[in-house]
Amino acid sequence: MTPLRYARAVDAQDAVLQATTGATYLGGGTNLVDLMRETIERPEKLVDVSGLAVGVEETENGGLMIGAGTRNTAIAAHPLVRQRYPVLARAILAGASAQIRNMATAGGNLLQRTRCAYFYDESGSRCNKRQPGQGCDALGGFNRNHAILGASDACVAVHPSDMAVALASLDAVVHTRTSKGERQIALTELHRLPGDHPDIETVLEPGELVTGISLPPALPRSTYRKVRDRSSYAFALVSVAGAIDLADGHIRDVRLALGGVAPRPWRAYRAEDVLRGGPIGKVAFAAAADAELSHAQALRDNGFKIELARRTIVAVLDELTGDPA
Amino acid sequence: MSIVVNGMPAEVPGDPRVSLLDFLREQLHLHGTKKGCDQGACGACTVLADGERILSCLALAVQYDGRSITTIEGVGSATDLHPLQQAFIDHDGFQCGYCTPGQICSAIGMADEIRRGVPSHVTDDLDAADMPFSHEELRERMSGNLCRCGAHNGIIDAIATTLAPLPERATEAAE
Ligand SMILES: Cc1cc2nc3c(=O)[nH]c(=O)nc-3n(C[C@H](O)[C@H](O)[C@H](O)COP(=O)(O)OP(=O)(O)OC[C@H]3O[C@@H](n4cnc5c(N)ncnc54)[C@H](O)[C@@H]3O)c2cc1C
Ligand code: FES
Ligand code: FES
Repeated sequence: MTPLRYARAVDAQDAVLQATTGATYLGGGTNLVDLMRETIERPEKLVDVSGLAVGVEETENGGLMIGAGTRNTAIAAHPLVRQRYPVLARAILAGASAQIRNMATAGGNLLQRTRCAYFYDESGSRCNKRQPGQGCDALGGFNRNHAILGASDACVAVHPSDMAVALASLDAVVHTRTSKGERQIALTELHRLPGDHPDIETVLEPGELVTGISLPPALPRSTYRKVRDRSSYAFALVSVAGAIDLADGHIRDVRLALGGVAPRPWRAYRAEDVLRGGPIGKVAFAAAADAELSHAQALRDNGFKIELARRTIVAVLDELTGDPA
Repeated sequence: MSIVVNGMPAEVPGDPRVSLLDFLREQLHLHGTKKGCDQGACGACTVLADGERILSCLALAVQYDGRSITTIEGVGSATDLHPLQQAFIDHDGFQCGYCTPGQICSAIGMADEIRRGVPSHVTDDLDAADMPFSHEELRERMSGNLCRCGAHNGIIDAIATTLAPLPERATEAAE
């Protein structure tokens, strides 16, 4: 058994200093502890950052700054999130269970790893994410939950986060820190598509700490819809985050992102392009969904996700353009 | 270093791998908290950390150094039942009882979340100052606690009659 050390970081600078080779940051532990128990993650040292950067604050430009250590429940319950970013509150509340949301941090939620069963099956299955070059048993296996967009021949796993899908639709920016300094990364650029290297999941450097997530001012209306196998406590088959700004009976601005269908929170730029500046109505909504999904590729078991995504996009747009309840 | 468990300080384990659940059960011999799945999927291991419900199977004990943990043993005892424990008996809120300690700790944490105005997935008006204590809300909010015996209806009834604010309890009874 490899020995394991634990250290609680006192601030971001200390965290980065402590994150030497073999170390991993620990948030709420709800994903990492499980992966360590399955021996998929084998850190030598845990740097606990769950007490750093806790809180949600309004920024000067009317947006929000969410500290990386803020618990998922605290984000969803924050008055400004509920009033201005319902899509974010709803996405978080649609994920996991209350107990897990009380533990999980914003940073950990973004960087949680896939729930692909072959990735988890350390002793029995091949997985290019776990063991680069080994092969992918999901490709020809049970792939009902897998990706229809953005996948590669090396990996078809999906990113499991609901919160990150809402953040992708909100043009969120991820703030990070390394020993060399600080930088900002668009949330939509944080996760890499798998290509030939599904083991490299984000653009973060080793030891790069997520310190916060900032949001620009919100569009007037937004919502999140999640479709899953049971009505609570299950990962998404398909989810849609949407935000809209209407003017004189047409769509002035719109943002859409999809969950459960791709290796990263999937910003639906193609659908947005079809909708922006155009009319409201089922015909336009269906055309937008088709524009996004014309690039979708079904595996053996997950073809249903294409139609499900199409219908969920249309339903979300209907909800956002209907009379306010 | 210590974790306060049901009011008593206990020394934090030296191995950071030890989960809060194993710490409670194996080091403190508090067997009330149950291990169902050990991977966050069932809620049997739910305890309260400074009053908030968490899953002790996904918590490393070291991370809770300096925090205060309440387990079912701290909620009530055989001779001094918590009103919610009595209500579980009255409403057939269990059969085998394996999920019950987690259900009860979870319900106590949940009632506090409603009082603090934390919304849920089924809350229509995210902006509302008061969160409803309806059966629909309770079912969603308790969905992180599975019961393999299918005692969910009794569980929700027990919670509604015990933890709902008094005016809402009166309406439930009148229905
Ligand atoms: C049964 C179950 C059901 C679930 N259902 C859902 C669901 O429906 N929807 C959903 O979205 N999620 C779901 N989840 C996942 C849950 O949301 C994540 O486990 C959680 O958000 C991870 O947050 P954490 O703080 O606990 O992360 P940790 O487990 O602590 O860390 C996760 C990863 O992030 C890294 N990390 C953490 N913080 C930082 C930081 N500040 N900087 C850099 N790296 C960092 C860690 O090193 C680790 O690699 C479920 C989990 C379980 C167990
Ligand atoms: S034992 Fe912790 S959730 Fe099942
Ligand atoms: S009473 Fe048996 S599992 Fe709930």
